[in-house]
This record gives sequence, C-alpha cells and structure tokens, in this order.
Amino acid sequence: MVRAKHLDIDTLIDNPKTKVVVCCGSGGVGKTTTAAALALRAAERGRTTVVLTIDPARRLAQALGLEELGNVPKRVELDGFEPAGELWAMMLDMRRTFDDMIIAHSEPGRADELLASPFYQTVSTSFSGTQEYMAMEKLGQLVADGEWDLIIVDTPPSRSALDFLDAPKRLSNALDSRLIKLLTSPARASGWGVRKAFTAGLAMATKAISTVIGGQLLTDASAFMQAFNSTAGGFKERATKTAELLRSPGTSFLVVAAPESDALREASYFVERLSEESMPLQGLVANRTHPVLAELPGTKALAAAESLERDGNGQLAAAVLRLHADRVALDQREQRLLARFTRAHPGVPMVKVPALPSDVSDIAGLRVIGERLSGNGAAR
Amino acid sequence: MTTPLGASGWTKELRRARLHFVTGKGGTGKTTVAASLALALASGGRRVLLVEVEGRQGIAQLFDTEPMPYGERHLVSAPDGGELCALHLDAEAALLEYFEMFYNLGFAGRTLRRMGAIEFATTLAPGLRDVLLTGKIKECVTRRESDGRHSYDHVVVDSPPTGRVVKFLDVTRALSDITKSGPIRGQAEGVVKLLHSPETAVHLVTLLEEMPIRETLEAVDDMVDAKLRPGAVLINRVRPPRLPARSVTAAADGRVNTSRVRSGMEAAGLDLAPEVLDGLVDETVEHAIRVTAERSAMEQLGEANQPRIEIQDVTEGIDVAALYEIADLLVEKGVR
Repeated sequence: MVRAKHLDIDTLIDNPKTKVVVCCGSGGVGKTTTAAALALRAAERGRTTVVLTIDPARRLAQALGLEELGNVPKRVELDGFEPAGELWAMMLDMRRTFDDMIIAHSEPGRADELLASPFYQTVSTSFSGTQEYMAMEKLGQLVADGEWDLIIVDTPPSRSALDFLDAPKRLSNALDSRLIKLLTSPARASGWGVRKAFTAGLAMATKAISTVIGGQLLTDASAFMQAFNSTAGGFKERATKTAELLRSPGTSFLVVAAPESDALREASYFVERLSEESMPLQGLVANRTHPVLAELPGTKALAAAESLERDGNGQLAAAVLRLHADRVALDQREQRLLARFTRAHPGVPMVKVPALPSDVSDIAGLRVIGERLSGNGAAR
Repeated sequence: MTTPLGASGWTKELRRARLHFVTGKGGTGKTTVAASLALALASGGRRVLLVEVEGRQGIAQLFDTEPMPYGERHLVSAPDGGELCALHLDAEAALLEYFEMFYNLGFAGRTLRRMGAIEFATTLAPGLRDVLLTGKIKECVTRRESDGRHSYDHVVVDSPPTGRVVKFLDVTRALSDITKSGPIRGQAEGVVKLLHSPETAVHLVTLLEEMPIRETLEAVDDMVDAKLRPGAVLINRVRPPRLPARSVTAAADGRVNTSRVRSGMEAAGLDLAPEVLDGLVDETVEHAIRVTAERSAMEQLGEANQPRIEIQDVTEGIDVAALYEIADLLVEKGVR
C-alpha cells in the first residue's frame, strides 16, 4: 500500500517565509474551523496571525469573539489567553468589501453614483462568484496592510472547491466580455473597422438579449460598467493580480477534505487544478477521521456482543462492543477512501485530524484541533 | 424531554407532489439523497426524471457513467420495473434552445455565444438563469405523451444548496428584476404557478450537526415567506445510538462504569489488556457526546414542523448499490 507523506503543519506555520495559507475544499468539510485552529496555533507559537473567515458557525465565531461582521480584523482577547504572538480574526462582509473597493478607487462623486446604481445592487449581492471575488479582494488588502506576518484564509462554502479559483475569472469574463466592451464604448468599436456582417450580428444579438432580459438592464449595465471600469481599473486586471498573489512564493494551499467519497473527489480535482495552475499545494488535511482507540477486531467485538445479548446480561458491555464495531467499520471505510486518494496522488502529503465528538465552542477546542493538525496529541 | 416533533414519514400532502426539489447544505449528501429519492419514486413501474442544475456532473459521477450532454436520457432501471432518466441542465443551452424555439434565432445564438453574450446574460442576470432553468423543468413536468399520460410521473431536481435555493425558486422576484413584459414573462408566470402549487415540494437534506440544522431552519422560514412549500426534512447519515438511554448522559460526562464493562467483557469471554479497556471507554465517551449533541440537534429541528425521514449511514460508503439501498429504505418509510 502506498503511504502518504506526512504533512508537517508546524514547519509550515513556523516558517517566517510562509505569509499566506489558503484553506480550501468543498462545503461542509470543516474549512473554517481548520483555518481558525491553524491561526490559533501559529499565534501561540509566536506569530502575528490573522484569520479571515467567511461564514463561521455561531459558536466558533463566539469563541473568537466575533459577534458580528466587522470587515476589519479584531484582536482576539480573552481571559487567560496569552499567546506568544498575536491572534486577530475577522468575518468577511461581502457587501462592505465591495463598497470599500469602489470608494477607494474612485473620485468621491463617482463612488456615490456607482453605489446607487440598481445594477450595482445586483452585482454586489447576487452575482455568482461575488463572495469568492471579495474574499480574494480582502486577502489582497490584508497583504497590502503588512501588519500581519501570517494570514490564514478560509474560502467560501461553495459546492465545488474549484469555484474559488474560477469564480473571479468567471465574474471578470462576464463583466469584461466583448459584448460589454462594445456596448459601453461604441466609438471604439466602430474604430476597429468591424465588418458589416459582424455589426449585423451584433445588432441582432443585442436585440435578442434586450427582448429577453429587457433593455433597461442593458442600459444600467452599460452605465455601471463605464463608470466602474474607469475607476476600479477593471475586474480582469484585479482578478489577474489575485492570481499572481496566489502564485507568489509566500502562499501555500491546504486542501481540507472529510474522509467521504464526495469530498475526496473534489479534493482530487482541486489538487490537479492547483498543479495545472502551478499553485503551491502543501498537502491534504483529512479532517474528522475516526481512528479506532482500542485494539480489538470488529468481528470479535460483534461476536462477543451477540453472545452477551443472547444471555441477556452485560447490557453496557454489549453496547460498548457494538459501538466499537461500528467505529472499526467506519475507520476501515475512511482508511480505504484515503488510501485511494493517496494512490491517485502519491506526492501529496497528508495529515489525519481525528474528529472531536462535538462542535468546537471555545479556544480550548480549537487548541485541541491545532494539536491534532500538527500530528501531536492525536488519538492513539 | 419531549418536544413537538414533526410528523414522521411521507405525508398525504407529499404524495400529491410530482415535482421534488432536493436541497441541503454542502456536504450533507444532497445529490445522493436526490438520486435515491428519484429511484424510490420510480420503483413499481413509474418513470422519473432526475435533473441537475449546477453543472457539476454529480449524477454521472454518482452512477459512474460518462459525463452527460444536455438532453434527457435513460439512466438506470428502478426496482420493480421502473425507469430513471436524467437531465443535465445547463443555462446556456437552455437559453439557446429558448431562442430557437421562440425566435428561430439559431444563427444569432452562435453569434451570441461567440461574443460572450450568453455568459453575460446568464451570469450577470442571475434571475434570468433561474427562470430559464425552472422553465425547462416545468416543461418536463407538464409534458404529455400521445396517449395523454405525463411523460414523467415525477421530476426530482438536485437543487442549489440551502443558501441559494429560495432565490432559485422565487421566480416571481427574479422576474420583476428582469423584465416587465415579453414572452419570457408569460412563460415564467406558468412556472410561478407550478412552483407554488401542491404539485411541488422542496425537500431539505440535513445532518444532525449545528450548521446544517441552522441552514435547514433558515431555509424553511425563507420558503414560507416566499410562499413556497417546504417538504420533508431528510436526515442523512444517521448512526444508531448503542448505549442504553439511561447511560448516555453520564457517559457523555466521562463517567462510564468501567468495572461493569470489564465484568461484562469477562462474561463474554474477552480478556482485555487494560489499555484496550481504556480505549473502549474513550470510544464510549465520544459516542455518548455525539449522541447527546445529535439529540439536541434533533430537538432544534423540531422548531420546523416538517415531516421527517431518517436515513441510516451506509457503512460501506456511497456507490450505486448504496443508492438502491437508500431508495428501498425510503420506500419502506412510505415514499411513493
């Protein structure tokens, strides 16, 4: 059997050259908790750390002292919590990040006009990919601030791990499409000396679109795009900058996956994509595993449980044996799935993080996960 | 510790539904449950269409088949002579189909695609995307064969996740954002009628964990506000509680009667080393903590007074056989 290399988390977070760690993976695998636990561990090991979370569970947010969306990092200060470094945390406010971006990059009068556009309301709230885009925008800001020596980023809870890489591109493609360019700058379009057939096609296309979606939307879109492109420097350019940041030497990716077939399939895609895009993958966090804590074969436990139940005594012992047998079966399934992943991606280091029996609700819980992430303190 | 719990099983109201949307938080197994529900509804000689709308080819992966093109096709046979068909629905293709149907715009369609206009229209006006997708779904639900029977007895949609599903289904609001008049409005009005009728149910897949439960409750509220009909709550990956109920609370607190466990083991002929016994006790404590957390999650779920179905965890993991296994279980619980 191929054994995965061990993913050494402490070496990663202790290395002063590590500036950004991006935690990605499909929805529901525990990315946010992993990001928070990593940040806590790094802070306690002396680094000035900030964690950017997207949509934390209420109890986790409370554990970090994040009662509401702040959109600026807040220092985590709790009684008895005295890390060697510093721990800061923030929750992403998608809308505020977008607003800030507009305000920062445009003249005062222009900004108000943009923010008031009904079209902006659509783009900033319901556009697919806006959250991913804004998470990256915020990451860029945190890097530019230069106040932290380690930034841990959680990624939005998308169906697919890939959305996070693709959404900014998709958004910029839609907004910077040739159609939009033609619509927003007719003068330049005619300057290209476009052929007649193309012009006819364009006329037909715009007509078809406005029949279906209504002319008003197109007008709004044009006005918005004209104003937006002249101020914020264009979506495409910003998306390119994000990609550069993600490719820079100080950035590392961790793929988080539960030991379930869906999540591992997404993790596989993601691993392949990262390598295609030459983005630095650090390894796989196999999150919430259920290692067996007692060396007793499942079949033996089941047989003993059955004999106790037959005799009608030792109810507690029989229950213990049954739950142990369940756990052995679960552990075997998880190991099989993880081994399959390693066979497909033998070069990807892995660390298994045993599940806590309940959701994390305080710093102590995060610390335990941090220990398990580092490969210490893991269950036997 | 009794709380008002929702009715269990597949209610009379749910039996009237022909269009089933299945939503859930990411990671809850929404696609698996949608596929199993479709199989369950198809069993006994019915014909069911399973639709996916998010372009992830989840159905093909689940059934271990080639990625699907746009178009309905036979997927598998269902128990007792039924048939399950699948449709991989794509907004771009639906828009082009729409242009062709209503405007005979095949040529313009190609131009539109080349210019990025389709991408623009479908991503930039998210409402349009949803109207096109739900429009196509409605067409599948209402289509009839030459003998007057519905082409599909049921249509099951692997829907967007809980966070986005109400927006997806709330065609009314999407419409007023898009267009005040025109053919797409007329078409969409029919969709609105269907989605708000007793023929439609929106089922929610959840796990007994904090976040999925919270999202489920929020989605139910949002649906009620939007006058949509929440259907069954399908509780996925339920693992059996093993401890006698009276031992759970103490064990969750770390108090397990070790000497009783030891003497029980001895009675069963197991002579265990102390560290093995300690390991078993640790496992028992973890089990009890989880059972306690699940109990309170279940109570919280009682806030939404929806019918529920529990789906047991499939130990071997999810493969095609497991889908049939879950489908059988759903049929046993009254799904039809």
